[in-house]
Amino acid sequence: MAEAEYVLELRGITKIFPGVKALDDVYFKLKPGEIHALMGENGAGKSTFIKVITGVHAPEEGDMFLNGRKVSFKHPTDAQKAGIAAIYQHVTNYPDLSVTENIFMGHEKIQKGTRRIRWKEMHEEAGRLLKELGAGFSPKTLMGALSVAEQQIVEIAKALSVNAKIIIMDEPTAALTKNESEELYRITERLRDNGASIIFISHRFEDMYRLASKVTVFRDSKYIGTWDVDEISNPDLIVAMVGREISQLFPKTEAKIGEELLRLEGLGKTGYFADVSFSLRRGEILGLTGLVGAGRTEVCETLFGVSKHDKGTIVFKGQELKVKSPKEAMKVGIGYLPEDRQKQGLVLQWGIGRNITLPALKRFSNKGMLNNRKELDLAKQLAEKVGVKAKSVFTLASALSGGNQQKVVFAKLLTGDLDVLILDEPTKGVDVGAKSAIYEMISDLANAGYGIIMVSSEMPEIIGMCDRVAVMREGRITAILDREGLTQEAILAASMDDSAPATDGKRGAGA
Amino acid sequence: MKQAATNSAALQGAGHDKSGSLSANIAKFRELGLLLFIVILSVGVQLRNPSFLTWENISDIATNTAILSILAVGMMLVIITRGIDLSIGATLALSGMVSALTVSQYPDLHPLLAVGVGVGVGLVCGVVIGFLVSWINILPIIATLGMMNVFRGLTFETSGGKWVSAHQMPESFKAIATGSVFGINNLILIAIAIYIVAYYFVSHTRTGRRVYAIGSNPESAEISGIRTGRILWLVYSIMGGLSGLAGVLWVSKFASAQGDTASGYELSVIAACVLGGVSIAGGVGKLSGVILGAVLLGILNNALPMINVSPFWQNFIQGSIILIAVLVNALVKRGIDRNNLMRRKI
Amino acid sequence: MEQRLIANKKELTLKGFFLQWEWLLVLLLIGVFVMNSNLSEYFLDSANLRDATMGFLDKAFIVLPMVFIILLGDIDISVASIVALSSVIMADLYNHGVPMELAVIICLAIGTICGWVNGLLIVKYKELSAVIVTLATMIIYRGIAYILLEDQASGKFPSWFKFLGWGYVGGIPFILIAFVFFAVVFWILLHKTTFGRMVYAMGNNATAARFSGIQVDKIKIIVFTLAGLMSAITALFLTSRMGSTRPNIAMGYELEVIAMVVLGGVSTAGGKGRMIGAILAVFLIGFLRYGLGLVNVSAQMLLIIMGVLLIVSVAIPQLKQRFAYARRK
Repeated sequence: MAEAEYVLELRGITKIFPGVKALDDVYFKLKPGEIHALMGENGAGKSTFIKVITGVHAPEEGDMFLNGRKVSFKHPTDAQKAGIAAIYQHVTNYPDLSVTENIFMGHEKIQKGTRRIRWKEMHEEAGRLLKELGAGFSPKTLMGALSVAEQQIVEIAKALSVNAKIIIMDEPTAALTKNESEELYRITERLRDNGASIIFISHRFEDMYRLASKVTVFRDSKYIGTWDVDEISNPDLIVAMVGREISQLFPKTEAKIGEELLRLEGLGKTGYFADVSFSLRRGEILGLTGLVGAGRTEVCETLFGVSKHDKGTIVFKGQELKVKSPKEAMKVGIGYLPEDRQKQGLVLQWGIGRNITLPALKRFSNKGMLNNRKELDLAKQLAEKVGVKAKSVFTLASALSGGNQQKVVFAKLLTGDLDVLILDEPTKGVDVGAKSAIYEMISDLANAGYGIIMVSSEMPEIIGMCDRVAVMREGRITAILDREGLTQEAILAASMDDSAPATDGKRGAGA
Repeated sequence: MKQAATNSAALQGAGHDKSGSLSANIAKFRELGLLLFIVILSVGVQLRNPSFLTWENISDIATNTAILSILAVGMMLVIITRGIDLSIGATLALSGMVSALTVSQYPDLHPLLAVGVGVGVGLVCGVVIGFLVSWINILPIIATLGMMNVFRGLTFETSGGKWVSAHQMPESFKAIATGSVFGINNLILIAIAIYIVAYYFVSHTRTGRRVYAIGSNPESAEISGIRTGRILWLVYSIMGGLSGLAGVLWVSKFASAQGDTASGYELSVIAACVLGGVSIAGGVGKLSGVILGAVLLGILNNALPMINVSPFWQNFIQGSIILIAVLVNALVKRGIDRNNLMRRKI
Repeated sequence: MEQRLIANKKELTLKGFFLQWEWLLVLLLIGVFVMNSNLSEYFLDSANLRDATMGFLDKAFIVLPMVFIILLGDIDISVASIVALSSVIMADLYNHGVPMELAVIICLAIGTICGWVNGLLIVKYKELSAVIVTLATMIIYRGIAYILLEDQASGKFPSWFKFLGWGYVGGIPFILIAFVFFAVVFWILLHKTTFGRMVYAMGNNATAARFSGIQVDKIKIIVFTLAGLMSAITALFLTSRMGSTRPNIAMGYELEVIAMVVLGGVSTAGGKGRMIGAILAVFLIGFLRYGLGLVNVSAQMLLIIMGVLLIVSVAIPQLKQRFAYARRK
């Protein structure tokens, strides 16, 4: 019987956003009582895919079947009613409301007739769910006061409270430590044993091996394939996700390592990071990795003058550095490629030319008056240098693919006279072709004598590109690994293991 | 704007070490603090002018505060959804004028019907604004600024620029505001009734809680299937309906309807809200705070003339109150964030 | 096609050139002219046009910086109060024996300071939004004016001061010359300088602007300070035309100024719009009001029309966007 075989099936789903195909003819089948891993790199289309299932986005093409019956959700509530619940990557909650309300938002228990909210019952139910999940906080706590891991438990309680038959978890472990992840694994298995079918999205292999029986891979918005977890080997899976073998992907050349450019000494910022020390030399690519929320971006933003540190010192070219704004940072020679290129890197409504020249308006202006001719020449020259594929410098940034957008942001960095480049997730949401072009560019920049800090969550690119790697966990550096000792296991141990005290984890060459 | 806001959230922690724990405490004891301030103010004024704490004056304050506090309920809901309504003074004037004209034409009309007329007019005004904000997506400040002028103009047009004065109004109409039940003035009773209904609405109904939800996080409200547009529409309609009610009460109380009735009154209402801890950033606001804010403003308005402060200082004082209240709210929020950061162990 | 060659010349299409909001404004302006000349045979007299222009240009000075503010995605509703405060202080000082020249300079300084305070508060308290900050200062600034002058009028200025609002240079009203001068300055500032470019960048994406090394706080403060300064200039011309001042002077100007800016095609979402549109809107609304005055439309009716005009001019782009989206679907 076809009806009972799959609780959820999607066929030929295509979703188009202005200028981008976010999903291109995608397939997915979910069996009852199964934990099905959905894997792919950042930007492969996983998050859009979930939003299609949960009715947030309506697909342009394709069909969706629930227990064999064709459905089409017009609204998120339709999906909720059909028993689908999603736990999103960026926890979506109401910080000003209580945990109970967050759990029951959208399906509050109300008295028949008077339509009054049955608070007592809701609090009790919430308390029961939280206890079941092993949480130690009261359901009356304000959501905003909880940690990320605790908020995730609330999200799971929410899925439980609607008796969801299909639960989608979007990168739930991205910000969790080892113990927290273990706890999450246990909860997930319990959900499955109670009859729920689970789509578990991750780009971490251990999540998949630990939990899933099936794995489906997306790449560049396309469906690549579905396998049994014990059927596919690790290298094959990487090829499926990345599109080619790792050795071909990274054009890392040995650059000449020169004098020290930058040194952090015990840098700290209350609530974000503490005691961060490392150094960077000319021609070196220093990786900075760790879990989401480990404080990597915060350290970089401090170096770039976006925010202030309150402890420790930064030494730049032998002098203590005190930058109060990105402008000052760029003036002394520090450039930053931000993590979110659409929100922080580009003015999407503008042409690529204006975007490229924005950080360097002084260069082609005379006493504040713009010289358009000079500006366009520079924009054209830099856009060609980084290989942006576009018709003209007036092509809108919003109309470019992710990879081309990222190249534009790189071109912005080249307008300045810089020594240190901080690249925060430089290949996030970029297709494979553009990825290797970006790696090549990074390698060339290192050869040209820049010191590069590369922040990344992608294990392969950290291992493939970096001369040294600093691993952060919960705001502290737990290890600095040399290229020789660089293995996935070593990085993971340093970034996730919360059994050992943070400062004892230092290995390899120190700062 | 939004991007800048989230980005700056990360920055706000720095540089406010001293105020941290203190301001977090203010959040906990805001209501108590307001109450304390009210007491100190009252005692201070009483020392300067002994006729302040007389039964007559207190009941005067209470009736004056009643209208302000009714409007503050609606404004609280609007501000919780991250909006603002500058049109309520004009809505109040228009609905007051229409009901006054109605009763001057039909003196035998039952006072409840006169109230109904006023509320109806206000409701229509609110529905129009709600439509502009929720369906056409006009910024609340622009929509209400524009409609404020339209309503104010209509008030003049319907009355032909004339006043409706006391002798044109039947006694039964004036009794709406001056009458009393069990010795308690009607205005106070109406305000209490509205607070009870509002309390039930915001704490015990789904829709009421969703008002907070869309203010707390509009994006996730959309994802969890809350029909944000409808709730916004409802909130502005409630605001309009309450303004209409307040219009009838105002005209009945002062026995006069004019083109410039309650001009600028929206500012007092906003002041009462922010004073009571309603956050301009949305999602936060309590009725208990709002009522204390309204009472404090009511006392201030009554007390200033009694201690010989010129009425021309009123604007300045009110503006300063709004500014100081929002600044304190912001610092309190920063203090809480800072406290949460400090608690994170690294 | 060789992909690596990126063109750096813009393709100009005739259709694109004429499908601009400004042309609609030009058409509307012509329509208003036709209407007005039907209402009054003297309307198109150069002397009459001249005088009509003098009647509405006072508030136009604030429109220029308001374009910058709305481009930033902010709003300033305190401008009319700044006009009142700077005007009242000027008159008060003069009547207390301060020379008029000095009083004028102090008037400009007061406006500038008021604007600077707005900017500073908005930048230092980012969680508050410009709406609430300028709402509070709107009340405070006019409140100070009331404290100073209560409900009195103050005037009897020297005769040279009258020249600002009523004088002619070579047959052209001085106020028009002044406006054209400032309009050109602000047009250059917005469209030809790095400052203007940075304002556009901030309006479209303030975060990206900051990460590109733009000092967003500084620019915002400058823009709000400019609004204060230009409000003071409006105070000079308005006071000169009225011959006296009182604390309730320029009541409701913020609405008209904002209406002119959004009618000029500047989006309240920020980042989109041009100076020329707002300047056209100044003349459009000015002559429209003049024409309505010819047929004895009451001040109250004008209030309604201004309100509706504001709503309609912000609603049109919103609806256009909505329909465009619906059609794509």
